[in-house]
Amino acid sequence: MEKFMQNPIVRWVEYRLPVFAFMNHQLVDYPTPRNLNYWWNFGSLAGIALVIQIVTGIVLAFHYTPQADLAFASVEHIMRNVNYGWLLRYVHSNGASMFFIVVFIHLFRGMYYGSYKAPREILWWLGLVILLMMMATAFMGYVLPWGQMSYWGATVITNMFTAFPLVGDWLTTLLWGGFVVGNPTLNRFFSLHYLLPFMIVGVVVVHLWALHVHKSNNPLGIDMKGPQDSLPFHPYYTIKDMYGLGIFLLVFAYLVFFAPNMLGEADNYIPANPLVTPPHIVPEWYFLPFYSILRAIPDKLLGVIGMFGATMILFALPWLDTSKVRSAKFRPIFKQFFWLFVLDVLVLGWVGKNPPEGMFIIIGRVASVYYFAHFLVILPLLGKFEKTCPLPESIGTPVLGGGGEMPSGAAAAKREKS
Amino acid sequence: MMRAVMGAAAAAIVFAGLAGPASAAVGEIEKQNWSFDGVFGKFDKAALQRGFQVYKEVCAGCHGLEYIAFRNLTELGLNEDQVKAIAAEYEIEDGPDDEGEMFTRPAILADILPSPFANDNAARASNNGALPPDLSLIAKARTGGPDYLHALLTGYVDAPADVKINEGMSYNPYFPGNQIAMPPPIDDDAVEYTDGTPATVDQMSLDVVHFLMWAAEPKLEIRKRMGIKVILFLLVLTALFYASKRKVWSRIDH
Repeated sequence: MEKFMQNPIVRWVEYRLPVFAFMNHQLVDYPTPRNLNYWWNFGSLAGIALVIQIVTGIVLAFHYTPQADLAFASVEHIMRNVNYGWLLRYVHSNGASMFFIVVFIHLFRGMYYGSYKAPREILWWLGLVILLMMMATAFMGYVLPWGQMSYWGATVITNMFTAFPLVGDWLTTLLWGGFVVGNPTLNRFFSLHYLLPFMIVGVVVVHLWALHVHKSNNPLGIDMKGPQDSLPFHPYYTIKDMYGLGIFLLVFAYLVFFAPNMLGEADNYIPANPLVTPPHIVPEWYFLPFYSILRAIPDKLLGVIGMFGATMILFALPWLDTSKVRSAKFRPIFKQFFWLFVLDVLVLGWVGKNPPEGMFIIIGRVASVYYFAHFLVILPLLGKFEKTCPLPESIGTPVLGGGGEMPSGAAAAKREKS
Repeated sequence: MMRAVMGAAAAAIVFAGLAGPASAAVGEIEKQNWSFDGVFGKFDKAALQRGFQVYKEVCAGCHGLEYIAFRNLTELGLNEDQVKAIAAEYEIEDGPDDEGEMFTRPAILADILPSPFANDNAARASNNGALPPDLSLIAKARTGGPDYLHALLTGYVDAPADVKINEGMSYNPYFPGNQIAMPPPIDDDAVEYTDGTPATVDQMSLDVVHFLMWAAEPKLEIRKRMGIKVILFLLVLTALFYASKRKVWSRIDH
């Protein structure tokens, strides 16, 4: 690094725009808790998934036609006639699923280790804003192939907005660009589907900015107290992230090459037909838990409020969770309720996939009530009554096995074995 | 008024439409042993050619293949001259010429396989009001895919006594609702295979579904072959990353 900084061209640039010092500060020497486990890989993976979506999406847009009579055929043109078009499309469609898998794990990791607690509330909010923007982007992207599920999914979801009093009709007409889902809807969804990912990139930058103020949380949920608690990001976490990326790409490649339509709906290979309603309208898997909550409430407006509320309530999480201890490692009761909550979300997803008949209605309602109870009842009470385990003194202590404080110089010498 | 109707329709869609179908008895779909299944899956060229023959001589009477051009047929293992000869059997409307007149000419490699009907209304008019779907994507556009299609084609039976079948409809336990507008499409020896394969209903169904899977997913073989290379590459890359990670982290206690 020092030799690199001696280079006259580097010095010329650096004097005018200290980009190398900035990168060094944020990506190379950047102090990261030394005890991060593999659950901390998912943030960087989400960033990579976003880049993959943007790159494949831009190339797909070279060949796609956002016009109601031509959109479906243009997707088939991509699949059949464009060089490696099938690969681009399958990477993009499965990439959306991979992006959501990674982001959901990232979010649950934050919940388990209390990463939303002070002073990281704004960091948490920015993450949720990214999630909401991802959902909007994914929904509009799913409409673009203009198959039966695209069309009817768009019809169902946009119709939810009619439930809002006073502005509902106006809002829905604005979304549709007319009085039904049609060509103007497709046009604006394409435009917005192209725009939103770049806005997500903007929020990601602010998310990282907020992250780098107080640095990463860690499995112990206690603050870094000095250099003995941290490692430089490079090479320790760059290489760990690369290993995680390898695993991510293996799963991704399996989907793309051997099961590209597994997560999709067969009906979307039928061109959109406003006169034929598919017997079963199901959204993409990543919306299923929310869809379940929508259907669990037998009133249109309340159902829509419930569905949006399920994501909005996450914004209040830093205050609903009243416990001062961040990590579930030291919260024996919370830990169990956390896994119960994960199970609840999975049950909601499973119910969402099935027709709302018989026992699915009852299970869906119980699981929906539990979803909100977790945030509104369990978490506030746990913070008051749960007896937490004692926290370790520092991150370095349990890692290095030594008791008490060491002079930082001595500690550093002990750690650097090389 | 229009708005109120749309709003009511919308509400009905959201809250009734989602309620799912009245579940009709649907037959258990039997899993077939397809050569294109699995990681090393490949199309069987002989089955593809037989399947194309079934399509051409039986299905094409009612069903189009709007995304398949004659040039694509070389992927079935036919050479260019054979495909040109097949194309030449068809007449295509082209034009307008310099005088502004439409004219017909023999099909060439670049042409799409001609559709059996001029438009959807003509198709309905000849089919008792039902629209025979285009088959280009049918193998991907039905839940159960090729297995479902095979079960459907071979699944025609007489309706049980308590089931009333409408005029012009047939009973098929695999079809949602059990009443299908398509009459049993293939009988034994409906085609004569040039390779001597006995043309049973089961064999012809297997062959035509094989062909339709190719029509729906023509890049399947390329995709799977590339997939094996990509996975092998990624396994080595990931192993190297893992080894590097171990090496780097061995510098410190953790």
